[in-house]
Amino acid sequence: MSWETVIGLEIHAQLATRSKIFSGASTAFGAEPNTQASAVDLGLPGVLPVVNAGVVEMAVRFALATDAHITQRSQFARKNYFYPDLPKGYQISQMALPIVGEGAVTVSLPDGSEKTINITRAHLEEDAGKSVHDLFPDKTGIDLNRAGTPLLEIVSEPDMRSAEEAVAYARYIHALVRYIEICDGNMQEGSFRCDANISVRPSGQSEFGTRAEIKNLNSFRFLERAILFEVERQIELLEDGHEVVQETRLYDSEKDETRSMRSKEEANDYRYFPDPDLPPLVVEDAFIEQVRSNMPELPKVRRTRFIEQYKLTPTDADTLMADRATAEYFEAVLDGQKFAPKLAANWIIGELSGRLNKENCDIEHASVQPSRMAQLLARIEDGTISGKIGKQVFDEMWGNDASADDVIEKKGLKQITDTSAIEAMIDEVIAANPSQVAEYQGGKEKLLSFFVGAVMKASKGKANPGQLNQILREKLKSS
Amino acid sequence: MYEKTLAEQSQMLAKGECSSSELTAHYLDRIARLDGELNSLISVSADAATASAAAADAKRASKGDSPLLGVPMVHKDIFCVEGGRTTCGSRMLENFHAPYTATVVNKLNDAGMVMLGKANMDEFAMGSSNENSYFGGVKNPWQQNCVPGGSSGGSAALVAARLAPMATGTDTGGSIRQPAAFCGLTGIKPTYGRVSRYGMIAFASSLDQAGPLAITAEDCAMVLQAMAGFDERDSTSSTQSVPDFTANLDKSIDGLKIGVPEEYFSQGLDDAVATQVRAALTEYEKLGAKLVSVSLPNQSLCIPAYYVVAPAEASSNLSRFDGVRFGYRCENPVDLEDLYTRSRGEGFGAEVKRRILIGTYALSAGYYDAYYLKAQQVRRLISDDFDNAFKEVDVIAGPTTPTPAFESGAKTDDPVAMYLNDLYTVSANLCGLPAISMPCGDVNGLPVGLQLTGQYFDEARLLHAAHRYQQATDWHTRMPAGIE
Repeated sequence: MSWETVIGLEIHAQLATRSKIFSGASTAFGAEPNTQASAVDLGLPGVLPVVNAGVVEMAVRFALATDAHITQRSQFARKNYFYPDLPKGYQISQMALPIVGEGAVTVSLPDGSEKTINITRAHLEEDAGKSVHDLFPDKTGIDLNRAGTPLLEIVSEPDMRSAEEAVAYARYIHALVRYIEICDGNMQEGSFRCDANISVRPSGQSEFGTRAEIKNLNSFRFLERAILFEVERQIELLEDGHEVVQETRLYDSEKDETRSMRSKEEANDYRYFPDPDLPPLVVEDAFIEQVRSNMPELPKVRRTRFIEQYKLTPTDADTLMADRATAEYFEAVLDGQKFAPKLAANWIIGELSGRLNKENCDIEHASVQPSRMAQLLARIEDGTISGKIGKQVFDEMWGNDASADDVIEKKGLKQITDTSAIEAMIDEVIAANPSQVAEYQGGKEKLLSFFVGAVMKASKGKANPGQLNQILREKLKSS
Repeated sequence: MYEKTLAEQSQMLAKGECSSSELTAHYLDRIARLDGELNSLISVSADAATASAAAADAKRASKGDSPLLGVPMVHKDIFCVEGGRTTCGSRMLENFHAPYTATVVNKLNDAGMVMLGKANMDEFAMGSSNENSYFGGVKNPWQQNCVPGGSSGGSAALVAARLAPMATGTDTGGSIRQPAAFCGLTGIKPTYGRVSRYGMIAFASSLDQAGPLAITAEDCAMVLQAMAGFDERDSTSSTQSVPDFTANLDKSIDGLKIGVPEEYFSQGLDDAVATQVRAALTEYEKLGAKLVSVSLPNQSLCIPAYYVVAPAEASSNLSRFDGVRFGYRCENPVDLEDLYTRSRGEGFGAEVKRRILIGTYALSAGYYDAYYLKAQQVRRLISDDFDNAFKEVDVIAGPTTPTPAFESGAKTDDPVAMYLNDLYTVSANLCGLPAISMPCGDVNGLPVGLQLTGQYFDEARLLHAAHRYQQATDWHTRMPAGIE
């Protein structure tokens, strides 16, 4: 029997506000435990939540970026359960009336095809604190710095049919939330994490199978591994005549497996009800229009523009779009320059990305900023240096603020275009290799590259490749 | 000095006939002499009060002119005050010291009032007799074998015994008005949102409102003036402007239309109370008011709806008392479950636990629609009843409580009988309307309360109507015996 996988994702994106969703305490990561927890975050008696207007704007941005319905009168609700890192004994979330309603995104899959994934809803909620189990022997510590950190929980429809599609969707949302600057996307610090609802069903069956929910996947690789493992586990169970149990599972990255956390029977009854401390959250038309006017160009719009305006291939466009800073770097390099956009694209995707990877550096902090990159590419374009020498110049420019012209001048890398100088070097090489000349003239034309290499070496790489090729062919024919 | 009203004391202070220090010392002495018996205060802050009084006198000398400057008062122990403990009448918070101060407290501090201490109350404001306090019951100064009402029982008893000219209270289902009625005082529950709830320990967030208990409507008006107003720290507080509550008190109420709901005079109402309330309405007619019969057809649903909504919200609000971060923690918990169950089991009293259980049940999966949601729908119907009635009348009048104060212990074993005390008061909370109770009679030496309910943000009219009644009658000036 063949099986079809069905996946829906719940993504928790931490909203990039400086203060918490219901208090003025800082959201900065990594502070000493409990130094960023106010009376509201601690759930002290008598204190009250007040909504941070910043989170409302961010949720509206997300709605606009996913063509989603905006609930103009949404409602906060209490999700009640006891846990030591949940100070009030309830989490303030949204249930019946989430601020963002139905939307959709279209993602590119690795095979070049596209797929639309529907978004059920996205709601605002506060994060819990953190239990610390390894700090004190026999005791658990509670750190409430994270309590009250704003989250946007983005819930998809069960529209994905493979781990590959799930990862493509998650990456799309990850890029999107950074693009519209509502989340820093830092997965190590937990700013972006996924829960995956996974089930399998016989191919062709329309009803869904029983699903398991894998909690807290904080990397795309773990997301992929967890889905692959879970799908295999469920298929094995069904093929052996067992049933899949509806439950919450955890992915153990060390063992590369998922483990049961709690079953449906053990699940909490959260006793959701509208939070009486918070009146309905009203989003006026004027506010939506104001947010719309401040929206950056969306990835899908920019992608189309890159392909049409700069004649890039879809693959190059996607690569440059992977994050907003790269796309902006690309456009900054092109600003006011005459060289082909393709040249800039190749250099950013190739040389620059390689260098950034090696140095574990992000593009905003690249040593060679767009203006200097543009100088370098202009020298390649105008023939002052070859592309190959360009790489040498780029390396010389990295780590200091020398201009491309300075480096070319100081290192004597200017391309040799003087025909007589090139001819002299060719003559020398021909004279030194009579037998290869004879072979070439006897029809072994592959030897041309041998001569090119030898002359290039003699010129220390500076000979103009076009001229060199042309003169060499003529000389070999006639000598 | 104790027999003077707050307004009179304000005048004396303004004229220099007495100082805040003298007044404060006078009341501290009375508290020391009389409260051992009454048990109306959980804590007395004599040193801080003496210092605030001195500061008020200094401010007066440098032309400070707030009408409340230097006037002593007591806060219900539900308002957090930084620097002292706030118990909410519970073992759970026996040693809780809040690192912040409630907005109501800040506002009255800013007005120059001198806090003498914190008043006894039913645990977490749950009760109608003050018998649910971890710090012991409070005696009704009119008859010491009777309860003072609740949950602001301490506030009412202490003002009745003239241990302060005014005390704050909170009202979730009648907790200002019912004790005011039982103790012969004037007490107002403002419109929901009129007074900030910040720093006031929550019982049922959609119903809770703070207000004053005092000797007269004029006193209440003066204090409410200082308490009311928008607070950015309470998202449910209203941005409605606060009118001058004292400006028109002396004007005539000629033509005031008073609605009298037939439902308020049917089953459950003590005959003697009914007689007194009707007499008060006749008095109003003499003052030029017009009585109009109105109907509140869903009146009988008030208590059931209230006792679903209030416990539901309470069950969630009280989840934070878990023994983890603050408040009572049991000895030597063996694991997390044990920490929770014993801390909460030992820290909360019986009535609080009863309401947490009722509320948890009402919100549970499978019961939510039948209880909580239904109660919210009923709440809407009750609200519609009032909206309809207010198309015809300016205020609605009736008894505050079905009976006068009852004997201690009389209803402790019968929660439903106890809950029926709130028969006439809970509707104002369910609808968010303002309501005032004032003394209007006497049944066997125990005071009777008349309640007026008004339209949203129409406190000024309630205070005005109550003041005019008090100009014409003397029920509010009567004092219990033996409080010299």
